Amino acid sequence: MNVSTEKLFSARGLTKHFDGIRAVDSFSFDVAEGSITGIIGPNGAGKTTVFNVVTGIYRPTSGKVLFRSENITGLRPDRVVRKGIARTFQNIRLFNRRTCLDNVITPLFQRERCSFTGSLLGTPGARRLERDLYERAFELLRALGLERFASMQANNLPYGLQRKLEIARALATEPSLLLLDEPAAGMNPGETRGLANLIAEVREKFRVTILLIEHHMDLVMNICSPIVVMNFGTLLARGTPDEVRSNPDVVAAYLGKGKDLR
Amino acid sequence: MDYILSIVVLACINMIAVLGLSIFTGFTGLFSLGHAAFVGVGAYTSAILTYYYSIPFPLALAAGAAAAGAVSLVIGIPTLRAKLRSDYFAIAILGFGEALRVILENLDITNGARGLPGIDSFTTLPVVLLCLAVGILVARNFLRSRWGVACIAIREDPIAAEMAGVRLFQTRLLSLVVSAVYCGLSGGLLAHFLSFIQPVMFTLLQSTQLLAAVIAGGMGSITGPLIASFVFIALPEALRVAQMWRLVAYGLLLVLIMVYRPQGLMGYSELSSLWRRKVPEPGRRQL
Repeated sequence: MNVSTEKLFSARGLTKHFDGIRAVDSFSFDVAEGSITGIIGPNGAGKTTVFNVVTGIYRPTSGKVLFRSENITGLRPDRVVRKGIARTFQNIRLFNRRTCLDNVITPLFQRERCSFTGSLLGTPGARRLERDLYERAFELLRALGLERFASMQANNLPYGLQRKLEIARALATEPSLLLLDEPAAGMNPGETRGLANLIAEVREKFRVTILLIEHHMDLVMNICSPIVVMNFGTLLARGTPDEVRSNPDVVAAYLGKGKDLR
Repeated sequence: MDYILSIVVLACINMIAVLGLSIFTGFTGLFSLGHAAFVGVGAYTSAILTYYYSIPFPLALAAGAAAAGAVSLVIGIPTLRAKLRSDYFAIAILGFGEALRVILENLDITNGARGLPGIDSFTTLPVVLLCLAVGILVARNFLRSRWGVACIAIREDPIAAEMAGVRLFQTRLLSLVVSAVYCGLSGGLLAHFLSFIQPVMFTLLQSTQLLAAVIAGGMGSITGPLIASFVFIALPEALRVAQMWRLVAYGLLLVLIMVYRPQGLMGYSELSSLWRRKVPEPGRRQL
């Protein structure tokens, strides 16, 4: 999948205030179609707030969110999902007491048009649809290497696999833009490398553009380009990994004085 | 024999209402202290239709269920749109239920607080069993449908559910209406079994008993609340010989369940899962 210069997504002057706190302050950035764009920044820089505003969980105080040049500012989350934006969460949010398969089938079902009475009566058509969706859910689990855990309850999965299941569930909404909020949080270096491969693979296979927030610098520097740096809710820098790494503002604000990013 | 039969019928009628509340509380994760009001709406609507207008019993039952569903919209739309948290919603619907009872007590057509006597007793055991069986089947199908899956997702995590494409407000409202329809049906059957109804039969106490059956039976389960509901109706009757101590036993049973099985009798599982797997596994053969 080639990175085009076509803008898939852009935020214009995005602002979110919580009472007196300016969590995000006239923040603008673009995401090119097919790219893996990274957002980095110190804790509390407003990265997750940007995700929450983009996906409609928060309403922005001001500013615009454009997706395929359509204004989607302030749409309800389920509408945003239908437009083609999916996300995962920093603190994993799975349907804990459901199986992996059920977690993935939930978004699949929401995309279908079903007859209400047909569903209540359990008509052969409704049963067939259910079977088809289970097959598709299983294929998605297989794509992320979770097929062995299909009938396991989600909260019994090991932590790393829960993150993968969240990605599978997000992909089930058939997004064109996938937002990953700290996908490598709590992973060891080996798992993080595996995740980097997985993200690249997902981008190719599902033809999605990826926007990710991450604190693991190796992951960001390896797979993301461009990288957007936030600090105190504003844009601090933007560029290729090399540009960001050598930007004196970033080094000062993000890493402290004089330290190299590696 | 008639006595035992009548207890079984009453228990089955109660099970239908509990089934409805289980969809709303056990599967959608919203608590309600007002569902007895929907039972009341169903009871009065169907009773008035057969009593004053001689409408055929099945039609009156359906009308009672539909009326309960329609009334649930009145409270559901404002409270669920405002995304009230579960406990606040329970209080709001508690007030609504009590208000409905006061209305029933003051209307002419309901014969006020004196109640409506002499309703034809059309409800027989086969009728009740048929309604219960269809009710269970439909509930099971609903929970496997697009909407049921969405309800369960909301119970597990409303934000994640929305990001999975679930419409929060519409889904919660649908769940409320479906549960109210069950309660309305239960009310219609009750009215035509007892042949006498009175507003005090549909108060907070009855709402609490419905909720207690769902909680003690287990959240996210159909069979659990059904068993609990049956026990809660049958036990006080079976213990009638013990006179005043029977209510103590009832309370003690509730406390013991909550202490030793906080998840309820069948929390998040069904009777059937004891001997077979609940989840279809399409890919199992490929492994």
